[in-house]
Amino acid sequence: MVKSVLGVHHQGLRDWAFQRISAIILALYSIGLLAYLFFHPDLSYLEWRYLFSLTWMKIITIFFILSLMFHAWIGVWTVFTDYVKPYIIRSILNIIVLLSLGACFIWGILILWSV
Amino acid sequence: MQQRPVNLNLFTIRFPIPAIVSILHRISGVVLFLLIPCIFWGFDFSLTEYGFDHLQELLSNVYVKFIVWALLIPFCYHLIAGIRHLLMDIHIGESLKGGRLGAGLTLIFSLLLIILMGIWLW
Repeated sequence: MVKSVLGVHHQGLRDWAFQRISAIILALYSIGLLAYLFFHPDLSYLEWRYLFSLTWMKIITIFFILSLMFHAWIGVWTVFTDYVKPYIIRSILNIIVLLSLGACFIWGILILWSV
Repeated sequence: MQQRPVNLNLFTIRFPIPAIVSILHRISGVVLFLLIPCIFWGFDFSLTEYGFDHLQELLSNVYVKFIVWALLIPFCYHLIAGIRHLLMDIHIGESLKGGRLGAGLTLIFSLLLIILMGIWLW
């Protein structure tokens, strides 16, 4: 974990696989949700809230959020590794990104919890 | 170290289409990363009764529509370019010719998707 934050212990194949699995989940979920919105042009608040109160919807939404976090982390890590050469600055940026993504993950869980 | 001429001037390097498609994929990804908090805020807000009505009211405003549409551009592009990436992982469009064709198709399909999103919003 520590080495991963500092950006020295990334395993190419694992990142490669995570990036693709999460990409598929993100694509399917967002296309599905857009299709739902498309076919419900007069969506009401109660229908919308009901959708996210369903257990299976909560589960796949948490999968979506998790995928988003992994996908964003690997992507941003790659961008920093390519363009931010000073090791210390890169590590600090990585830590900030990881903490922000962690915060967003908890935020997402709390939102779903409240429904 | 051998002294070799190095040219890193971005204005003199010629970018083939696959290179442009690739860098746009990266740029749109960074933009989407920066939008994550906005998406979560919108999601949170939409699940309160006041927020849902408020967002609906906001979305009927022409300027807001334009902003939302602008924010959907990196999403559409990243999605299409990502699908192309996955296809190349399973060896579709890997050749030089296929790569150029795929890059062109990526631009065309994302443009179409962006236009469709615009039509849907209005």
